[in-house]
Amino acid sequence: MSENPDIVVTEAPHLMSDGDSTLLVMSDVLLALLPATLAGIYLFGINTLYVIMAAVFTAMAVEAVFLRRIGSFQEVLGDGSAAVTGLLLALTLPPDISPGLAAAGAAMGIIIGKLLLGGLGHNIFNPALVGRAILLAIWPAAMTTYSSPLDGNTTATVLGGAEYSYAEMFLGNIPGSIGETSALLLLLGAIYLFFRGRIGWRIPLGYLGTVALLSPLFGANVLVQLLGGGLMLGAFYMATDMVTSPMDDRAKLIFGVGCGLFTIVIRELATLPEGVTYAILLMNALVPLMDRYIKRRAFGEVN
Amino acid sequence: MRTIKSFDKGMYIPHHKEYTNDKKITRLLPYPKEVIIPLNQHIGETVEPLVEVGDRVEVGDKIGDLDEFWSAPVFASLSGEVKAIEPRPTGTNGDCLSVVIAADEEQPEFTIEERENWEQLSINELKNLLQENGIVGMGGAACPTHINVSADDPVPNLILNGAECEPFLTCDHRMMVEWADKLIKGAQILFRIIQAQDCFIGIETNKPDAIEVLEEKTADLEHFHVVPLDTKYPQGYKKTLIKAITDKEPPMGARSAEVGCIVRNVGTTIAIYDAIVNQKPLFERVTTVSGPETIPQAGNYIVPIGTPVRHILEVCGVDTDNISSHKIILGGAMTGSAVTTLDAPVTKSDTGVLLLPEEMVELNEEVGPCIRCGKCVDNCPMFLFPNELSLSAEAEDYHEAERLHATECAECGICSYVCPSRRPVVESIVQAKPEAKKIRRSKK
Repeated sequence: MSENPDIVVTEAPHLMSDGDSTLLVMSDVLLALLPATLAGIYLFGINTLYVIMAAVFTAMAVEAVFLRRIGSFQEVLGDGSAAVTGLLLALTLPPDISPGLAAAGAAMGIIIGKLLLGGLGHNIFNPALVGRAILLAIWPAAMTTYSSPLDGNTTATVLGGAEYSYAEMFLGNIPGSIGETSALLLLLGAIYLFFRGRIGWRIPLGYLGTVALLSPLFGANVLVQLLGGGLMLGAFYMATDMVTSPMDDRAKLIFGVGCGLFTIVIRELATLPEGVTYAILLMNALVPLMDRYIKRRAFGEVN
Repeated sequence: MRTIKSFDKGMYIPHHKEYTNDKKITRLLPYPKEVIIPLNQHIGETVEPLVEVGDRVEVGDKIGDLDEFWSAPVFASLSGEVKAIEPRPTGTNGDCLSVVIAADEEQPEFTIEERENWEQLSINELKNLLQENGIVGMGGAACPTHINVSADDPVPNLILNGAECEPFLTCDHRMMVEWADKLIKGAQILFRIIQAQDCFIGIETNKPDAIEVLEEKTADLEHFHVVPLDTKYPQGYKKTLIKAITDKEPPMGARSAEVGCIVRNVGTTIAIYDAIVNQKPLFERVTTVSGPETIPQAGNYIVPIGTPVRHILEVCGVDTDNISSHKIILGGAMTGSAVTTLDAPVTKSDTGVLLLPEEMVELNEEVGPCIRCGKCVDNCPMFLFPNELSLSAEAEDYHEAERLHATECAECGICSYVCPSRRPVVESIVQAKPEAKKIRRSKK
């Protein structure tokens, strides 16, 4: 038999879609969060920049060391998911928190919320929210002290009873966590993610819709509930986390509704002023169950 | 505005048909010095050689057959001398017992003799002739046609598959344009065999000339309908085609006939015409030779079954010493097989010979974990959960794979195509399929 050149043999398919990668998915999320991030720095001052950098770089560094991916910046960046976790955590923190706490939260979020569970794709809970929940449990005071973007003095947030106009709440110059206050900029980023196919409409709509519908039942102002606190950030950027939300379309809607239900219940019936973190974490825990039992009908499936 | 039919999910992927879609069908000449005819070119049992080493064979002679329902005979595709009967590597089947024919310098043309009274043949005689002439699905599936049409009860819908949804391939397209009359006559024969009421010819909209030609030629034929189909992958898969054209969804495990449909590829239909009317068995086929600027004389060629890939590439102007790190595919780019050797022969169901350049052959892609992004789920035409299926397959949890309907996977490859983590999704599912099928059968 004659000579064969060194041809390549792999299984079908032999074409790949152009250039999508996990890094690109994560880059899109970072890009979408950029306006809200910059607004947070602009509104709340230089400390927020340190907080953000501390959280992002700690998250990346911890994962890089843990996975021994430390050869180059590219390796440390990896698939970009640690940077997303760090940034998301930072955006949920009060502006005056110490960068050290932010770093501690990022490290715990990555280690406990992600790496110990098997790494990206295997974590049940959103790692950023795991980090935030731990911080909230250990340093409750630092996690619930907010300053006004106007004078820097400590003040109550909208959910804590402070009154601001709807326009201020929509634009974001109100007290709150670093990246949660501007509904406008968060929406802009979400629209980008939607058209890039990175998030769907079911989870945010289920989430926001449920909060909107249930607010009157609890005697709460619908717009304050929607625009105040971390709901926008949570509904568009955290509940939609691919890894920790369900696969099936109906399950996604149910997941969003569940997040909304728990959020409003915690906000109105518990002692905590805000419930987004725990609501999403609670629903995260139900995802494996939903994945198993809520399945669309396969082609040709007959019962 | 006529309606364009389609199915749910699936994907728009690049067609890559521009290299050959206007290339007229021509015979690939010169002929190879040797053809390698595998004795299994169909779904079913390997046939036995009817010749011995040293025998003379003429083009069209039956050289392998078996007295079994699940088999299809094979024929000499060139005149010459049987040089060897031994296992040879094929593109899809691994090594397969093959008859190797050293071809004569001078090749006589196969003499076509119209069968007398073919219009008076009974349905059973026609069915026997299909097997007798080695007709199998030429769109890639390679299921013997006499098996597809074996039901005694009439099947109301005959669907001709001219979707040709696979990137690069244009052989069906060209046959529909150039050989429309044969196609229609072949369809009329099938129509009689299955006692159909309607014949639908499904063609994707990226072949407007084929749609036009066939609409014109079937305008006066009652019961013949040309159906333009959205150019979406995998439109040519049997189930999505039936869904698009009849809006019926074949239940899991059921044969198409149970929803009143028989689907045949257009190339097969033309081969049926040749077999019944011209007494010409299936020993050659039209194959698209293409690639992204990799084939100097890309085109749609009539090649003798058994022609080695090396010969085809060389005749088409490829320097075969200079294609290391390339990939050669028999069939389509989404579902075909990469050959391990240039000596692999073209078989009855090989729709294309594709040469992909180094930059399209991604070997060093790092496979990442599933990030549950859901792209495969969003696009799966069978409405499965490919990500979960592939994870269960990798864990060798075949019961879970069966529960997730691994048996229903169309093997279209979309899941692997879209995966941002570059996971071999369909590859894992395909590997789990046989086990999942066993489990499903035992449940019944």
